[in-house]
Order: sequence, then structure tokens, then C-alpha cells
Amino acid sequence: MSVTTLTINGKLVSAAADETILQAARSAGISIPTLCYVEGLSAHGGCRMCLVEIEGSNRLQPACFMKVSEGMSVCTETDRLREYRKMIIEMLFAEGNHVCSICVANNNCELQNAAIATGMDHERLEYTYPRREVDNSHPRFGIDHNRCILCTRCVRTCDELEGAHTWDVSGRGATSKVITDMNQPWGESVTCTSCGKCFMACPTGAIFTKGTTVAEMEHGRAKLEFLVNAREKKQWNV
Amino acid sequence: MDLNELHRIAAKERERRLPRQIRCCIAAGCLSARSDVVLAQLQDTVNQAGLTEQVHVAGVGCMRLCSQGPLVQIDPDAACYQRVTPENARSIVSGLAGGEVQAEPLDLDHPFFKLQTTVVLENFGKIEPERIETYIEAGGYEALHHVIYELEPAGVIETITKSGLRGRGGAGYPTGIKWATVAKHASERKYVVCNADEGDPGAFMNRSVLESDPHRVLEGMAIAGYAIGANQGYIYVRGEYPLAIERLKKALAQAGRLGLLGSGIFSSPFDFRIDIRIGAGAFVCGEETALMASLMGGRGTPTPRPPYPAEKGLWGMPTLLNNVETFANISTIIRKGPEWFASIGTPKSTGTKVFCLTGKVANTGLVEVTLGTPLRTIVEQIGGGVPGGTIKAVQTGGPSGGCIPAELLDTPVDYDSLGKIGSIMGSGGMIVMDQNTDMVDVARFFMEFCMDESCGKCIPCRAGTVQMHRLLKRIIAGEADRDDLERLEKLCAMVRDTSLCGLGQTAPNPTTSTLRYFRHEYEARLKNSAEGKGSKHPIAPSVSHAGQGERSA
Repeated sequence: MSVTTLTINGKLVSAAADETILQAARSAGISIPTLCYVEGLSAHGGCRMCLVEIEGSNRLQPACFMKVSEGMSVCTETDRLREYRKMIIEMLFAEGNHVCSICVANNNCELQNAAIATGMDHERLEYTYPRREVDNSHPRFGIDHNRCILCTRCVRTCDELEGAHTWDVSGRGATSKVITDMNQPWGESVTCTSCGKCFMACPTGAIFTKGTTVAEMEHGRAKLEFLVNAREKKQWNV
Repeated sequence: MDLNELHRIAAKERERRLPRQIRCCIAAGCLSARSDVVLAQLQDTVNQAGLTEQVHVAGVGCMRLCSQGPLVQIDPDAACYQRVTPENARSIVSGLAGGEVQAEPLDLDHPFFKLQTTVVLENFGKIEPERIETYIEAGGYEALHHVIYELEPAGVIETITKSGLRGRGGAGYPTGIKWATVAKHASERKYVVCNADEGDPGAFMNRSVLESDPHRVLEGMAIAGYAIGANQGYIYVRGEYPLAIERLKKALAQAGRLGLLGSGIFSSPFDFRIDIRIGAGAFVCGEETALMASLMGGRGTPTPRPPYPAEKGLWGMPTLLNNVETFANISTIIRKGPEWFASIGTPKSTGTKVFCLTGKVANTGLVEVTLGTPLRTIVEQIGGGVPGGTIKAVQTGGPSGGCIPAELLDTPVDYDSLGKIGSIMGSGGMIVMDQNTDMVDVARFFMEFCMDESCGKCIPCRAGTVQMHRLLKRIIAGEADRDDLERLEKLCAMVRDTSLCGLGQTAPNPTTSTLRYFRHEYEARLKNSAEGKGSKHPIAPSVSHAGQGERSA
């Protein structure tokens, strides 16, 4: 495998030629914020949190998609990027109904973490207060669409790790929604194996396990990571 | 099928020609004004008068001046009639024998026609879209024969490169370079895709081409297939164009039957098959990666580029994607030579461009002009200006474009000049706005369009358009303050820079361009502003109230 060298934030980094900027940065210990990305799943490119600046190009590129190339010079932290990331988080808070204080995922939520990391201490945009539903029809899990950020991690996990493809997206724009099977109640889904991987992958409290209350829920991401490790690196030890 | 047979079909068609032809437009615009009934009346009258040996009545493609339809033209007399009704259609036939014609005559020497240069529309109003013979008579499919037997694929690409043709979908990427890139990628399968998912409000160029001269597009695609080494083509056409789909299907069947498409075209080893794929009504599917996702049966959402379709397109194979109008230029370039094409227009924007002139303008319809024509010529001379009013702005490029103020009407219409003044060439929508137009409402209209059409995949476009739309509504309602305006500008920059595909990246354009040229209309409505004090109608017409509350686009 050929190796390329590039510069990320002024630091020389070597990477495999087919790696993405995100992979190269993470293996070099440089963190780039992400929301829709999950290691081991196909990249989505929707959250735009991992946008980086590449020298010589005006266009911001998603690090999760953009492949490294020889001599590339990448900057992951600039004032512009910091401001845009903060605005993305503000947009997410404004478009859904996110109330941390009454959420099962409080203190265990990637959206909350991102808000803290980007320094979003108040909302500059107008809350839209959409009317969204809660589906509690599944015996073990529930989905509260008010907390969904449409990252499609559940969709990709279900399709690529579990192989069930129970989840998908319906509608478009602000009325997009993740659905189970043919937009029927989750409990009536015939393809769902009740494996719980969608719940493990969910960054917020949108998909939750029943029987947990405010700030009690943990996603059990380690299990997902174990599966990804097993698949990607053929490592079976925990 | 060989060249002789092609010529035989053309000769037979010429022999069939009667001394006189009555041509009636049967494209969508005139059809909606009952041109099908007019056509039936004309045919019926000719039959009754026993003139079937002297007069041929034909339903032809678009004659361009859509606002005056149904249009009927008589050749070789070169007489033309506008707004023909089923009632006065009969008098046109009796007029041939010297009777009085009740239909309203139309002057073919009008600047609307005289100032146009037709390349893509050269057969418009002449050939019958549902009869391949008429296209062949006009020289159709000779270019395809020429490239297969006289040119190497590389030679075809060189011809297109030399012509300077740029993508007519709006972005203006050099077509020759695109073809060369796809040709370079070695692959056992490659695809040619024609983007006919025309969705800009007020744009119907591609629709007219498909309805009036479908074979031109098929021939262009087949030539592209030969040049890049593809054997399969797809036309992705929006479901809202049923007539275009019907005529394309007929055209495909006719071309297939004559051996002009399919296996062993012109008895050569070159195979090229074209299939139609129908879109389900999503504007975003005009974006190439979303189009391909939809074409493959998936959800029509875009994916980041690179990889570009030229490298990894349909089913991971190199794919050439061009707009209808781009393909429609190809056969003419091959027939008349790249030098001829390059001599039209400006050095960097060669050839012509078809526009749909709509809005507050006297003559609305299809307009094909050489690139570099001043905008003023198009809207004032060809379009005839605003009846009883003045031009305030011209919107080009649809929801991705901008509003060009009247002061800049002398700007030449080419890719680079329009880009410099904050608009884009776009696919060809051109909406003229008069003095009563509320520019903030124009921005709001286009923002609402983008908000409704956002696929929802990336956050800036999905949530950002909602926020911008809310701010624009607040400004219009007189409830916004200076901070809101600042926030709107910040959002515009952010959505432009961070969105995944062209839809989101260009969604702020109508807003930023109106902010650039009509900022006072925004500021006059802000709360606590010196000018407007939150007035809801700061530009309400002072003379008449005719335009109040009217929507401009």
C-alpha cells in the first residue's frame, strides 16, 4: 500500500493513500468534530461538522469523505470553521425539540457534547418547535423524533452492521423523518431483529431503551465498536 | 441502415412535400391554448375543401413566441398567425384561396425573431416531432454516421473541445474536457446520462427541445456514447413532462426501428441503447449525484464530490452527465464544424444559449441568442420591454441565480460576465421584473422554493433555508431589526460555504444578490430604521395600486 504525506494543522502526517483526511487526522491524534460519522460505517457527509479547509481550494471539504493526497495541506481549526460548527449546532437545536434537562441521554449525548465543545451557550436562531411524534410501539425500544438530528446512523448501522435495513428516511427537507419498514410503527416492523444496534449508534436520546429515565441512559457504544473492530480489523479480543 | 438509405428517406420526404404547408405548433405552450383543436380544424377544412393534394397540414414543434400561441405558419408564403382559435382556424385555409383571414397575423420580421440565432432551435417549428423522417430530411443522424465512419472517438472529443462548447445546465464546465475525462477512465461499462430534470421556476427550455426536436438529443447522446466508449444511455426526465416523455418514447422506437440506435448502428460495431428514467418530482434530482442515486432506484440525495461521476458514476462506473441543451448542440457542431461554432458568441463562451423569457415582458417565450448578447437586447428588443412600465430587475438562473438590476442591463450574457455581477447563467430561466416588484419578496419566494426542495440530508441546507426563510418573512412583516439582517447575511455565507450540494450552496444567491443591489428595500423595513420605521410597504407603488400584493415570480 502506498503512503502519502500531508500536513494537518501544520503537523506532518503520513497516511495510507486511500485514507480519508478524517482517518489520517485521527490516527495522528488530531481530533476533528463529527456527528454523522461512525467508524466502520459508510460515510454520510450530512452533518458538515468535519468540514476542513484545504490550501489552494476555496471550497470546504468534509474530512470524512475527502481522500488524502500527497503534499495536501489541511487546516481543521480556523475562526470560520469554528463559527460554522457552532451555527450547525444552533441549527440542530432550533430545528428539533431538544430539552436536555428532561432527556434520557442527558450527560451522555453527542449533540450536547458538541454544543459544549463549540461553545454554544445560547441560541441565536429562532426555535421552530416542530410537531413530531414518539413511537413507543416496540417492546424494548422507543424513538422520540423530537430528539432526532437525522444523522442516519441508525439507518446505516441497521443496513450495514445488522443487515436488516429496517430504518430509512422518508420525506424531504425539514419534514424528513427516519422510518421503520414502510413507515409503520416500529413494533409492527417485520424486518427489525430487535438487536439494539440503532440505539447504540444514536448520538442523542432519540432512540432509547425503555425503562430509563432522565440522564440514566447510556448508549453502550463499546459493543458497536467491538463489532466494527471485529469486522474491519479482524480483532476479536475486547 | 446506411447513408444511402438515410438519404433515400430524406428524398422520399422531400418528394412527399406538397406545394403548401400549414404548420401548427403542438408543443405544450400552444397545446394548452387548444392548438390540438386548431390543428384538427385546419386538417378538417383542408379535407373538406379537397386540398389534400396541395396543402399539407402538420403539427410541428415550438415556434418560440409562446405568449401569442397557438401559432400557425404557412409556407412557402411565410405568413404567420397568432392566437389562432378553433373558430378562426378555418379562415386560414380559405385565405389560401384569397379569402379573408380572420386570424391575427404575426410579423416574422419582428425583432423577437430577427435578433435570435438558432442552433439548438434550428428545426423548431419546421419538423414534426413525432416523425423521424422529417428530422432525417433536415439532415438528422448524418452527424452520427459521420462520427462512426469518419472519426476516431478521440477525434470527436477534439472537435467538441475545439468548439468551446460549455455545459448548458448552468455551471458552464467545458464539455470537451468532461468527455475527455470520462473517455480516459478505462472501464468495461460506461454510461451517458442526459439530465432532463429541468426544475427552475419559469424555465422550459429542455421541455421544448424534447417536445419539438427529440431526435436531436438522442443523436447527441449517441455521438457522446461513441466518443467516450459507452453503450448505454439514460434520459432522466421529470415526471411533470408527460408530453416530452411520450415524444421521447416515440422517437426512441422510431430510431430503434431504423437501426439508428440499438445494436450495430449504421451496420457498424457500435451499439448504443437509450432508456428513459422518469423523475418523481424532486428539484434536487437535477443535481448530478442525486440524479444518479435516483436513477439507480435509490433516494434522490446528493453525495459529496469527489469522486466525480466521470470517475465513479452510475453503479460505480464512469458516467458522462450533460444537460439536454448540451446534447442538442452536438450534432450541429459535428455537421458544421467546431470553427463555425467557435465563431459564434465570445471567445470564452461560444455558441448560443436558449433562454425562457418570462415575467413582466411583452413577448414571452423561447429565445436563442448568441452568447455575449447584452441583456438589454434580450429583454428590451426581443422581449419588447415591460408593457406600460419599466424594468426593475432581471432574474437569471432560477433559485440558484441572482437578480440583475436595470442599471446593469448592458452586461453581456455569458458565463463569466453574469458570474461577476453576482448572478449565474443557469439553465436559462430569465424572469423580468417591473417597478412594482418587491425584491425582498422575490428573495423570500426563491428561499421558500429551496426550503421546500431541500432533500434534508445536510444540516445547513435543511435547517438553514428554514431559518433564512423565517428571517425574510420577518423582514417583510416589518418585525425584523438590524441584528436580524446581520444574522441573515451570516446565514447566507454559512449555508453557501457548508452545504453538501449545489442546491444549498446556491440557495442564498437570490437573497445575496437582492441584498447587494436592493439593500434599501430590506433596510427600509427594519424596525427603528431611519427610513422605514418598520413600514410594511415601503415600496408600494405611488401612482397606482395595481402591483400591490402581486407576486412577481
